[in-house]
Amino acid sequence: MAILVIAEHDNKALKSATLNTITAANKIGSEVHILVAGFACKGVAEQAAGIAGVASVKMADSAALEPQLAEDVADLVLAISGGYEHILAPATTFGKNFLPRVAALLDVAQISEIVSVEGPDTFVRPIYAGNALATVKSADLIKVISVRTTGFDAAGTGGAAPIVELSVPASGGKSSFVSRELTKSERPELGAAKIIVSGGRGLGSSENYHNLLDPLADKLGAAMGASRAAVDAGFAPNDYQVGQTGKIVAPQLYIAVGISGAIQHLAGMKDSKIIVAINKDPDAPIFQIADYGLVGDLFELVPQFVSELG
Amino acid sequence: MKIVVPVKRVIDYNVKVRVKADGSGVDLSNVKMSMNPFDEIAVEAAVRLKEAGVASEVVVVSCGIAASQETLRTGLAIGADRAVLVETNIDLQPLAVAKLLKAIYDKEKPQLIICGKQAIDDDANQTGQMLAALMNCGQATFASKLEIVDGKAIVTREVDGGLETLELPLPAVVTTDLRLNEPRYATLPNIMKAKKKPLETLTPADLGVNVEPRLTTLKVVEPSSRKAGIIVPDVQVLLNKLKNEAKVIAG
Ligand SMILES: Cc1cc2nc3c(=O)[nH]c(=O)nc-3n(C[C@H](O)[C@H](O)[C@H](O)COP(=O)(O)OP(=O)(O)OC[C@H]3O[C@@H](n4cnc5c(N)ncnc54)[C@H](O)[C@@H]3O)c2cc1C
Ligand SMILES: Nc1ncnc2c1ncn2[C@@H]1O[C@H](COP(=O)(O)O)[C@@H](O)[C@H]1O
Repeated sequence: MAILVIAEHDNKALKSATLNTITAANKIGSEVHILVAGFACKGVAEQAAGIAGVASVKMADSAALEPQLAEDVADLVLAISGGYEHILAPATTFGKNFLPRVAALLDVAQISEIVSVEGPDTFVRPIYAGNALATVKSADLIKVISVRTTGFDAAGTGGAAPIVELSVPASGGKSSFVSRELTKSERPELGAAKIIVSGGRGLGSSENYHNLLDPLADKLGAAMGASRAAVDAGFAPNDYQVGQTGKIVAPQLYIAVGISGAIQHLAGMKDSKIIVAINKDPDAPIFQIADYGLVGDLFELVPQFVSELG
Repeated sequence: MKIVVPVKRVIDYNVKVRVKADGSGVDLSNVKMSMNPFDEIAVEAAVRLKEAGVASEVVVVSCGIAASQETLRTGLAIGADRAVLVETNIDLQPLAVAKLLKAIYDKEKPQLIICGKQAIDDDANQTGQMLAALMNCGQATFASKLEIVDGKAIVTREVDGGLETLELPLPAVVTTDLRLNEPRYATLPNIMKAKKKPLETLTPADLGVNVEPRLTTLKVVEPSSRKAGIIVPDVQVLLNKLKNEAKVIAG
């Protein structure tokens, strides 16, 4: 039976989280279909059709779907769910928003944030802020699954799947879109970045956060992240938060500056390949998981780091 | 307007979790349990709406073992008016909780339900959305701002790209994110007062809900721990290591 993956996109381009989700789907079975629901999203559907391991792209293109409201996306997925034994979406704020609705409407459990596929009904998922890994088996006929992107590689290109246009049910009008305030950045997407420079409360202010970390991120071509404390204090926007209840990242290099290393923060970055910590407190828990630790004043060390990078 | 706030009893967020040696789960004996932090934020949001004269009554609801009464008392001490415990010893999964909450909704007919976005034990992030689907109503997850204007909820949500604002007719389900508010500390007089507030106990059978789990946990293990790293003396050494040892920066 085919597997349905719901694509994350902004009506212009596919988000990279979709690629990791497709890889997870391919581990379950071979016939993977992608649903692209949005408005004027033909380009996204074409992009999806070009991904290796995709057998078919279903496109639902309608003005009502422009904001991709959870209620409308869930209703659409429900309408086409017949014939699928697995329904997957990335465990991003997009997937987390609508997918549990689909599960409830199908009267099945959702398996959240899987990091590994053990079989068609058996999956591994982190619980307790990643301090434990549970292997769970589903007894439901349809498995509704959100995928933690760091658990799976991104699918490559090279596919040539047909695109099928779907008719779109009218919006249920259960919620309506008012406005959107997107964080503008020229930097790589946090979830897909190879290097992340992340700042914590130790930076002291929004000015310091930017004056110190922007040049470092520029030199390294890095994305920027933050601890909850830094976001709460307004040093960085909310979508920079890395952690149990923010973004889960696993870059090649994660540089934690002025971050103590609370369990909730570690939950979001401890699978990074290399972790560097810069902190003045030698007992900060971040040093217990860092590959390279620099003990000292970040206000001296970060500018030195930048100048050494040349 | 009546508001229902579902609250879950979970391991305290400061506790270091230990996996049981037999792989059957996490060791919860003798560890501190608290209200799920996102639910504290939810209770605070509801109580503030009551204090602002927007809401008339705040009801906290918890599903689980008898000890969840403590969690409900915490909600009452923050300022909720009364509590409902749906008592069961069965390990509840989000779909079962959502069905119990739907039954509570049918009984109580609140205009607004404010859940936490995520329980910090199962990290599921499902229940509020499932409840909204079962209620056939709108939802606004990950709220960082919540207002009731002309009988509608105006909610700003924290999403991956930034912020998004939605408008929802009531009834609706809202789930809280960290920056919605900073919950107050319950004062001693309020903790005393909370002991006298009404707490009703029901069972899943009373509500006609089947709460059998759909997922079986086969095993629980500790994640592989990272190798201990080294402290480097200065930035030059660090850079050298990153280039030549770890090879994560182009040399
Ligand atoms: C329900 C819940 C969910 C949460 N979710 C998250 C989450 O997703 N992500 C997250 O990050 N947190 C989360 N938290 C918060 C978490 O518990 C910590 O409070 C937070 O991570 C601390 O941030 P911090 O390390 O920046 O601040 P602090 O713990 O205050 O650490 C600041 C560090 O900076 C160092 N420092 C200060 N000055 C200097 C200097 N001049 N030079 C060098 N070092 C310096 C200090 O030594 C200290 O170690 C959550 C908490 C709860 C309750
Ligand atoms: N057993 C429970 N009793 C009451 N509310 C719950 C329970 N489980 C989950 N919830 C609510 O649903 C939210 C999300 O939980 P979860 O979907 O398990 O991550 C929590 O923050 C609570 O508001």
